[in-house]
Amino acid sequence: MSKEPTPDLSPVVHDEVKYTTCYMCACRCGIKVHLKDGMIRYIEGNKNHPINKGVICGKGSSGIMQHYAPSRLRKPLKRVGKRGEGEFVEIEWEEALGLATEWLGAIRASDPKKLAFFTGRDQSQSLTGWWATQFGTPNFAAHGGFCSVNMAAAGLYTIGGSFWEFGEPDWERAKYLILFGVAEDHDSNPIKTGLGKMKGRGAKVVSVNPIRTGYSAIADEWLGIRPGTDGLFVMALIHELLHADKIDLDYLIRYTNAPWLVIDAPGTAEHGLFARDAAGDPLCFDQTTGRLVSAKLPEVAPAVVGSFELPDGRQAVPSFQRIAERYMDAAFAPEAVAASCGIPADTIRRIAAELAEVAFEQTIELDVEWTDWAGRTHSKMIGRPVAMHAMRGISAHTNGFHTCRAIHLLQVLLGSVECPGGFRFKPPFPKPIPPGQKPAGKTSAPNTPLAGLPLGFTTGPEDLIVDDEGRPIRIDKAYSWEAPIASHGLMHMVITNAWKGDPYPIDVLFMYMANMSWNSTMNTKGVMDMLTDVDPKTGEYRIPKIIYSDAYASEMVSYADLILPDTTYLERWDCISLLDRPICEADGPADAIRHPIVEPDRDVRAFQTVLLDLGARLKLPGMTNPDGTAKFPGGYPDYIVNHERTPGIGPLAGWRGENGETFGRGAVNPNQLDAYIAHESFWHHELAPDQKFYKFANKSYLDFAVKMGFIGHADQIVIQLYSEPMQKFRLAAEGHGAIQPPDHLRANLKAAFDPLPVWYVPHEEASVDTKTYPLHALTQRPMIMYHSWGSQNAWLRQILGRNKLYVATSKARDLGLDDGDWVRVTSHNGSIKVQIKTMEGLNPDTVWTWNAIGKRSGSWNLAPDAPEAKKGFLLNHLISELLPPRSDGRRLSNSDPITGQAAWFDLRVRIEKVAAGAEITEPQFPTLPRVVGLDPAPAINDYGAHFAPDHDPKRTRA
Amino acid sequence: MTSLPATRPEKRLGLAIDLDTCVGCHACATNCKEWNTGGISGPLTDVNAYAAEQHGVWFNRVFTYEVGGEGEAGRTVHFPKNCLHCENPACVTVCPTGASYKRSEDGIVLVDHDKCIGCKLCSWACPYGAREYDEVQGVMKKCTLCVDKIYNQNLPEEDRVPACVAACPSKARHFGDFADPNSTVSKLTAERGGYDPMPEKGYRPTSKYLPPRPGRRGAAPAATAATASLEGAGRFLKWVDRILTR
Amino acid sequence: MHPAYSVIFFTTASGAGYGLLILAAIFAVGGLLPATSLLGFVVVGLALGLIGGGLLSSTFHLGRPERAINAFSQWRTSWLSREGVLAVATFLPAGLFGIGWVFLGKTTGFFGWMGVAAALLAGATVIATSMIYASLSTIRQWNLATVPVAYLGLGLMSGAVLLAVVTRLFGVHTPAVDVVAIASIVIAWGVKLAYWTTIDRLQPTSDLGTATGLGRFGAVRLLEQPHTEANFLMHEMGFVVARRHARRLRSLAHVALFALPLMLTVAALWAPAVTAAVMAVGAVGSLAVGLLVERWLFFAEARHDCMIWYGR
Ligand SMILES: Nc1nc2c(c(=O)[nH]1)N[C@H]1C(S)=C(S)[C@@H](COP(=O)(O)OP(=O)(O)OC[C@H]3O[C@@H](n4cnc5c(=O)[nH]c(N)nc54)[C@H](O)[C@@H]3O)O[C@H]1N2
Ligand SMILES: Nc1nc2c(c(=O)[nH]1)N[C@H]1C(S)=C(S)[C@@H](COP(=O)(O)OP(=O)(O)OC[C@H]3O[C@@H](n4cnc5c(=O)[nH]c(N)nc54)[C@H](O)[C@@H]3O)O[C@H]1N2
Ligand code: SF4
Ligand code: SF4
Ligand code: SF4
Ligand code: SF4
Ligand code: SF4
Ligand SMILES: [Mo]
Repeated sequence: MSKEPTPDLSPVVHDEVKYTTCYMCACRCGIKVHLKDGMIRYIEGNKNHPINKGVICGKGSSGIMQHYAPSRLRKPLKRVGKRGEGEFVEIEWEEALGLATEWLGAIRASDPKKLAFFTGRDQSQSLTGWWATQFGTPNFAAHGGFCSVNMAAAGLYTIGGSFWEFGEPDWERAKYLILFGVAEDHDSNPIKTGLGKMKGRGAKVVSVNPIRTGYSAIADEWLGIRPGTDGLFVMALIHELLHADKIDLDYLIRYTNAPWLVIDAPGTAEHGLFARDAAGDPLCFDQTTGRLVSAKLPEVAPAVVGSFELPDGRQAVPSFQRIAERYMDAAFAPEAVAASCGIPADTIRRIAAELAEVAFEQTIELDVEWTDWAGRTHSKMIGRPVAMHAMRGISAHTNGFHTCRAIHLLQVLLGSVECPGGFRFKPPFPKPIPPGQKPAGKTSAPNTPLAGLPLGFTTGPEDLIVDDEGRPIRIDKAYSWEAPIASHGLMHMVITNAWKGDPYPIDVLFMYMANMSWNSTMNTKGVMDMLTDVDPKTGEYRIPKIIYSDAYASEMVSYADLILPDTTYLERWDCISLLDRPICEADGPADAIRHPIVEPDRDVRAFQTVLLDLGARLKLPGMTNPDGTAKFPGGYPDYIVNHERTPGIGPLAGWRGENGETFGRGAVNPNQLDAYIAHESFWHHELAPDQKFYKFANKSYLDFAVKMGFIGHADQIVIQLYSEPMQKFRLAAEGHGAIQPPDHLRANLKAAFDPLPVWYVPHEEASVDTKTYPLHALTQRPMIMYHSWGSQNAWLRQILGRNKLYVATSKARDLGLDDGDWVRVTSHNGSIKVQIKTMEGLNPDTVWTWNAIGKRSGSWNLAPDAPEAKKGFLLNHLISELLPPRSDGRRLSNSDPITGQAAWFDLRVRIEKVAAGAEITEPQFPTLPRVVGLDPAPAINDYGAHFAPDHDPKRTRA
Repeated sequence: MTSLPATRPEKRLGLAIDLDTCVGCHACATNCKEWNTGGISGPLTDVNAYAAEQHGVWFNRVFTYEVGGEGEAGRTVHFPKNCLHCENPACVTVCPTGASYKRSEDGIVLVDHDKCIGCKLCSWACPYGAREYDEVQGVMKKCTLCVDKIYNQNLPEEDRVPACVAACPSKARHFGDFADPNSTVSKLTAERGGYDPMPEKGYRPTSKYLPPRPGRRGAAPAATAATASLEGAGRFLKWVDRILTR
Repeated sequence: MHPAYSVIFFTTASGAGYGLLILAAIFAVGGLLPATSLLGFVVVGLALGLIGGGLLSSTFHLGRPERAINAFSQWRTSWLSREGVLAVATFLPAGLFGIGWVFLGKTTGFFGWMGVAAALLAGATVIATSMIYASLSTIRQWNLATVPVAYLGLGLMSGAVLLAVVTRLFGVHTPAVDVVAIASIVIAWGVKLAYWTTIDRLQPTSDLGTATGLGRFGAVRLLEQPHTEANFLMHEMGFVVARRHARRLRSLAHVALFALPLMLTVAALWAPAVTAAVMAVGAVGSLAVGLLVERWLFFAEARHDCMIWYGR
């Protein structure tokens, strides 16, 4: 018998290890990259990193294939064929930058508004936003408007922080968690890790979601709700808790505006606003003295119900009474909502009881002494261990803002925001409610920077970016009466509005990292037509010039005139900044960098560096020295270190001060990046134990936040259950005040701008015949794909290379459908032909598919007949950016009327069985040619072969 | 070497996979691929990598099942599957070349790629579908339990765990010695009722699956009673006399 | 299981070759065949040619045919290795037996013993081949006692039909050959019938419930296979032949493999020599077609348990 083989159990893994930040998705975990022979051998999670603590997801583990993808753009490109046909010539960077400078310079000198600068999935919005400001255009936003601005805005207008990646359940301590409409989210690894922890210690996880996959699959209880009805469900829970008096009244009095008095003078201009004293402070009724006093005083015993006479004789009621009145109404009884939600009344009642039981009977106490905003010391931190998390299942509906506010209301009534075991803010949150920064851009002028950043928070009609007639000033109509609280802009409306010239035509559309002719757009066919439409009068494209930066051969590349090819995430400097969307966690702030792990092998440049270069060429103030030379000749790393937003505060918070001796605020440290690299590319500051909870009212934390520049002053941040800004917009809609909405929007505004959470039927559902379109159609993020990028990845596309439409088994039976059948799916906007798969864990009124798997034939350097193109599909073909015409013929945007959030998930469809035919999905668009300069993709991928000591090249390439 | 070790290996290394927390994220699958394509089994070749009919070598694949019927009564379970390093592995004994073997030291089942003739018989003998043929290299490959990682002297001690285990974000994968009753995997198996898939085949997998915990839809706790009794009670009266200070 | 043509050709051709070798040895040693050199050359040559061709074809199935030599090492545990060893071992006595017959005109004595040894080893080889399949508990359509019997029976039957042709063409025909041919056809038919009846009645021993261990929670169904496109396992083990199609092919096998050769062989008994020879040739042709169909079905109807995970 032969001997047992003795393989080499200790092969050399690397000759170098570098730490950086993953960007296979926006979670931005720390990674440890092993390099061997100058190539990437292995990428693993960084054990010391606050976000992922060593773990890594399916995408992050496939980084090698993304980095070496054959779809990487190689050189700047100039369009030569017709737009949309994909014909380009390679040009030098000098020519590309010259062209861009010429186009942009001309606009800046005449009317900067003619530049619309919109960025997608990037993480340098603090740079891009600042650049737009310096350029002088109000027409800037990132993807937030079509992503989850409802979550951001509802949170920032209610509790001072939000879901999304800005807060998190207390994974260590929560005993009960409800997930609302979450499939994956930005906290990709932390949620998975957290769920693992919670389940491990026997805490209960409930998932409210029409679809049972992923997180819902491992939840202890899955509630297959009907899409768009979460608001009702949550309000029924609130109804139950109020009736049972299972609410944390202490918490409401201490930390919220529940006792603040609301003026009760129907029909007047101040109805529904807070009664205030001379200093402008809100009033409450102090039960001990029987007097009206400032609600901000610490030692008062405010009434939460009752009606009180104001000095001027008007009546006022505590806002809590308004809450109680509304939600205790029988309209929100479990029985009343059960049918709409598709959740039995008993279940609703039981969930309410479980919440109450955990919050009030399973209270946790941390023996941590802390001092509140008023200087009073408390010996314990009391925790109501009920946590909640919600994302796009809530936000991507036209009623999403209110639904999200309802969830916050529920959390706050239970006293479970910022307490141990509850929902926790990640610094720099909480912020004042809403944050103080107002949107700039009401006026713009040639060669002049904007007065401030284009995006901010409106608190009343006076903050809107509209002209004297009330017409929108921004190209996306953000901060107009169509979307007054559009804190992130409306990226999904830019192309349509620019094409229509409504409110005005633009000259250059400048986009970065957004696949806007395909998966991040609604009405794909329409958008492609608009992007290529020529004005017969001028013979010019209606959107005359399009500049685009991508790193890969995406669908969007074909629709640009000038392509600025970007680097991959392992080739460039990046900055995950506290000024932007940071990677903090609840226990303390953190930021991070990326640094070049390998040098690009192509003629590409990091977009941020290119943007700063363009800025210098355009002589934008922040980017040019007085002598006209570039302020950041070293490009983005130069900016990261040397740029200061306000004195002492720059993109990175760690190792500030000349010698890196301080953090947060401090002088520029020329060696800051070295310090980051030496510290595994991240900085993290752990809060002291007494700072970790009740951050909105915690003196020690608030002082720290001021020092860090997170907030301006250390005043208590009072939770705004009742929203005065909302009421201000409503009053305007009712005709009060000087700044008035157009008449055709009054009714909508009155309905939408309720100071307390309301529920209404999602707009698409309300405007189509639900008999013709009986089904809801949704998408979900697959855990192994990041939007459209994943399909170019040789590994990931094996896991999910085509998508089907999932239909509930019971529904399929009713419709006579079976697995593998082909169906036509029709919405008010169009129809597609796809293959179905039946599924048991699915709300019967819902069909769904994986998001962004469908690819346009020829894109991403995939074979034209790749299954992504021939078997895959997008729901985006069916979704319209405009609602069906109203009775007056107007078509409003398919967005939340408050925030402008794109309502992807309001889609209604019907499905009908069709012959399989050629078994190809429809629609199909003409195959795009391979982008010039790209090599044909290899048939065989044997990455890793070269690391083997006895590598036999003959055997590996076929 | 296709005779099995004469005595039961002193160590029995394997994985305990927790179906209760697996969210089906495929991190274990891709991280496995990433480690192993550059390791002693590499490359894990992909065919038609950027074209139709793409497929390749994966040591770990994640399935999703629906169990127990329609609607809220049922459940969805993600089921990652890789070699279970069986104690009675016919995949080894059928191998004509000695390429397949079970290590006498720790029970890991491996393929010596230098001996393999690519007859695929071992893949026919594995009921778990855990053998992976590399059609370009013409040899059989499989999960090695990351033998070139768990013993690798060039890596720090803490990193000497299988790639899939290190990656798993929801900690659904545990690595250890099933021969040691005090190991985490042994304890988990005992506590959670870890089981063999397809036990009737008699391959006696070393690795175990931990079953999903029963869902807790639960009976209503006591607080419901309060709900019922207070229903309809004088609307806001209960809050009128509450005197609480800020 | 995926019916690979190289393996179908290998098992059928070498099976027939071994069958022919066994019968030729028995008949020659038993003095039922004249020890003429040309006949010896044709019979032994045909047998060894079929065996060699089959073996050669089997290497096409290998990923690394150049290393085929490694396959002789694990005869202790591996039926494939045993088959290889036996196949090679058969060549020695078979070759000596052939030399004796062809060059020395001798089929007795030492060469007779070589013939017996060759026959025994050939039989063992066929059984080893069949045991490669029959020993796999993962494929219940193979893991049956009828499988080695069928392999041996079909090998002998094809050998007998071949022998009948050769003897008729050489005019050295004896009814004993036909008797053996008819008997082996009847037996093989019976065995194959029994095999098909058995596999039609087989109850699965494993299902998704036992495979996943989730059966305790109720019925288990596949929602998502790991990868959307087919992988190696699905190509190799996921082959499914439609039931209706299988029925038709089985009927074809009944006719081509058994009924026609049987009728022709029986009819040839009474036919004039030339007609009989033509009939015998016809029987071989029909058998060849039938055998390929039968072997294709042997693979195509076999279900590998690992496909249970894929919901098949
Ligand atoms: N039906 C439906 N549609 C949706 C959604 C949905 O749920 N359903 N979700 C919406 C949401 S929330 C979002 S955020 C959008 C996302 O949609 P997009 O913002 O379009 O996101 P991606 O498709 O990921 O990528 C955009 C582009 O970035 C490029 N890119 C990748 N890496 C780099 C890089 O390093 N540099 C540069 N310059 N470019 C790079 C990619 O090649 C791609 O072309 O989709 C929206 N669309
Ligand atoms: N792997 C991966 N991770 C990603 C991304 C990615 O593309 N891939 N994209 C990133 C981006 S840009 C974003 S915005 C986040 C989004 O993260 P998620 O919010 O998790 O994204 P979606 O997949 O859109 O999930 C929406 C979920 O809501 C459910 N849903 C839809 N309508 C309703 C409803 O009315 N009620 C309830 N309760 N549920 C509903 C859907 O079934 C789905 O499960 O993910 C980020 N993370
Ligand atoms: S979650 Fe996102 S950032 Fe983290 S490892 Fe995965 S892809 Fe990378
Ligand atoms: S799982 Fe399959 S490959 Fe692994 S040891 Fe068991 S039989 Fe062999
Ligand atoms: S394929 Fe290789 S490892 Fe498998 S049985 Fe054949 S020789 Fe052995
Ligand atoms: S143990 Fe290693 S080889 Fe096996 S599945 Fe896990 S990562 Fe892959
Ligand atoms: S990495 Fe963990 S959670 Fe993800 S599929 Fe694998 S076992 Fe499941
Ligand atoms: Mo998003």
